Amino acid sequence: MSNFFEKSDLSRSEAENIISDTLQKCDDGELYLENSKSESILLDDNKIKNSSYNSDLGFGFRAISDEVVAYSHSNEISKNSLKQSSENLKSTLKSVKGTYNHEIPKSNKKYYENINPIEQKSLNEKIRILNEVNNYLRSKDDNIKQVTANFLGEQKSVEIIRSGGETLTDVRPLIRFNVSVMLEKNGRKETGVYGVGGRQSYDSYLKDDNWKSVCDEALRIASVNLESKPAPAGEMKVVLGPGWPAILIHEAVGHGLEGDFNRKKTSAFHNLMGQKVASEGVTIVDDGTIDNRRGSLTIDDEGTPTEKTVLIENGILKNFMQDRLNARLMKTKSTGSGRRENYRHIVLPRMRNTMMLSGNQTQDEMIKAVDKGIFAVSFGGGQVDITSGKFVFNCTEAYEIVNGKIGSPIKGATLIGDGPSILKEVSMVGNDMMMDPGIGTCGKAGQGVPVGVAQPSILINKMTVGGTKL
Amino acid sequence: MVKDQEFLEKKASYCLGLAKKLGATESSVIVNNSVSETVNFRNKKLDESNRSDDLGISITTYIGKKKSSISSSNLLEDNLNILIEKCVETTKNTPEDEFNSLPDKDLLAKEVKDLDLYDDTRIENDQKIDYLKKLESAASNDKKIVNTESSFTQNKSNFILANSEGFCAGYKTSSFTASSVTVAKDEKSMERDYEYSSKCFLKDLDDAGELGKQAADQTIRKLSPKKIGSEKIAIIFDKRIAKGILSTFASAISSSAISRGTSFLKDKVNQKIFSDKINVLDKPDILKGLGSRNFDSEGVKTDTLKLVDQGILKHYLIDTYNGKKLNLKSNGRCGGTSNLYFENGNISFKDLLNSKSKSLYITETIGHGSNIVTGDYSVGATGFLVENGEFKYPINEITIAGNFKDMFKNITLANDLEFKYSTNSPTMMIEGMVVAGK
Repeated sequence: MSNFFEKSDLSRSEAENIISDTLQKCDDGELYLENSKSESILLDDNKIKNSSYNSDLGFGFRAISDEVVAYSHSNEISKNSLKQSSENLKSTLKSVKGTYNHEIPKSNKKYYENINPIEQKSLNEKIRILNEVNNYLRSKDDNIKQVTANFLGEQKSVEIIRSGGETLTDVRPLIRFNVSVMLEKNGRKETGVYGVGGRQSYDSYLKDDNWKSVCDEALRIASVNLESKPAPAGEMKVVLGPGWPAILIHEAVGHGLEGDFNRKKTSAFHNLMGQKVASEGVTIVDDGTIDNRRGSLTIDDEGTPTEKTVLIENGILKNFMQDRLNARLMKTKSTGSGRRENYRHIVLPRMRNTMMLSGNQTQDEMIKAVDKGIFAVSFGGGQVDITSGKFVFNCTEAYEIVNGKIGSPIKGATLIGDGPSILKEVSMVGNDMMMDPGIGTCGKAGQGVPVGVAQPSILINKMTVGGTKL
Repeated sequence: MVKDQEFLEKKASYCLGLAKKLGATESSVIVNNSVSETVNFRNKKLDESNRSDDLGISITTYIGKKKSSISSSNLLEDNLNILIEKCVETTKNTPEDEFNSLPDKDLLAKEVKDLDLYDDTRIENDQKIDYLKKLESAASNDKKIVNTESSFTQNKSNFILANSEGFCAGYKTSSFTASSVTVAKDEKSMERDYEYSSKCFLKDLDDAGELGKQAADQTIRKLSPKKIGSEKIAIIFDKRIAKGILSTFASAISSSAISRGTSFLKDKVNQKIFSDKINVLDKPDILKGLGSRNFDSEGVKTDTLKLVDQGILKHYLIDTYNGKKLNLKSNGRCGGTSNLYFENGNISFKDLLNSKSKSLYITETIGHGSNIVTGDYSVGATGFLVENGEFKYPINEITIAGNFKDMFKNITLANDLEFKYSTNSPTMMIEGMVVAGK
């Protein structure tokens, strides 16, 4: 655990006094301290292209009165700096008369270990594996023209000091290992990308030459794409594979169920609580409590322990995801979903691991039920306009389905749909729920946070596929 | 207040000195400080105030052809000592790369011109609040507007770039940014749109009332959209979308994509990639320009480049490392382009709308659908059906797709270029793209 006051002219008790003095008539607020260490080691074009290390230290001081948030952050943990921030907050919230809410739930559960993954594996060892990845792939296929592989490791220590001196802490490890392959054949180039990661040591993901399966998967996707035909254009049936394609759930309904957009009534879902928003059999949860997952958190960035929040149960909208601010204004409780990219940013309600639970049909049954459509297995990324509800995601591996059979692979295309109605178009839910491999980052208001997704195979009756073949 | 040059220089020279002492043969350092103050309004009331004071340092050390780098926001000497020692240690253990080096000394910027990038004016929060009140009152005039969010940010930054070859320069920049996001609602639909203005100098910022009204008008006209059928049709890209196509072009000619062979524009220098009428410039010395600079992020002097001349690709965007790999000299584009733009076409906006009996006018795209390896493009889109020069009705839940290789050859530009962002394009029409809808 970091001692944020060790090398500072500011003592913990002085900081506590400034915090309590600043927040005394506010409804909520805290001092958030963060110390993160991260590394990136990149192999590209047959060489170690980059070995870099970052250490980031800073605080964010927040005061909330009714709906108004005042925030100030700095890299200098010092008496002067905290006092200046306090003045900034006070000058924004000139005539406050709230009552500070001291209540914050407690839990002893932890969802990952207190480790520093960067120091658990030597630089030489990481470089050796990256070189092996390069040699392994290039010896497997003569059409390989480019291999990129990288390690990203991080340890983030956070401390939240509330008015009155209550302190909450968390140490969060996170790693990612990615491989990207480019093939070239007969003048045509295609890429395949795959990765793994989560809140454990590098070795938990790489042991027993497991890195080879990551390489094989990237190569397999690139090889499939090399044979792909132009994608069709227009409305058709879509079968989604299990796991990572759940970014459909994340974009189509996840963002629209975040508390802030619903308090402000700018989400297409704001007036649908308790109503049917999905087909029967569709249950969606947002879960921060799964051991070692990329989107899991022991406490959120306001200090609230995370939980498993049921968003949609058997088709009915049950809950929004809440941070403390939006929960208070909507007269409900925080779901432990208050997150921020780092101390530079304010807290927003965000997703953790968003999952559609298994039903009882098989993927085979879904494929057989489609005369003309596509089978989408892997995606690049997605985006949503939460107000109109329209969302997209980009296929990176997909096939056409003709008369109940999987046909040729098709080129990457964007799929577009309407969030509030898409889940009503789900006509089959598979029995094969799978988590994604641990690679997702969600962006909102310029802040990126690590998230996870999961789903079984599903059949969607109607979606627009953005190909070029009419 | 943003830290002065002397403070930043002192930190930079301390780092260079220590790196040398610890065994680095060459090194470079960037120290920067940025102070921002933002006020946000929602539905005509104060919603958030945010002050940020960001310090940062990044150091790259070389031992011969070995290289490594560190960065930190903690500039205390104790911390710098630990980090630089770690950086030099890591450098020793990182394999050699023959192309690693500082820029050639004769390419480094010799002088720092005053490009009028810093406005010393300080705008107090109360003045920001006055601006936002005026903006939101104009934005919420129409009853169909049900939510307004707007923001005003003042930013002052300063930086120093120094290296062990004796280069040491930096300067202050400022920006004042106002934006307005509005939500409109009718019986059938809810839509969102925005308007935005960002300038180096406060006095150049758009009028608050105009900005708010513009955002509201652009939102209201999107209400009750329809979905159209799938077909091949001419697409007209609003300026704010057309600039994105120019940005994709810039990433496809970056020397890193070219040297790695992962760009559809590899080996296309001196070949025709656009139609005859298309010229693309990257001009770093525009006074008050949002992308203006004296040198790139390695200290290499930046001159104006005509990247595309009458449809022919003339230059890649080259940094030192990839330049050495491609056997080309850096042209000062480490970190990307400066003020990048398409030169005006010779047809008015109105004539462009009128040039086809039927076309689609696109005001927003969503998704990450640009692939610079293959040139494939497929994104979700929102816009309007245009018939005989008239906006007929709003359209959404469609995708538009094509391949940049074909799209670039079918571009027609209007003559309405303005310098609103650092990358800018006139209104753009591309024929022969595929729309997927119903």
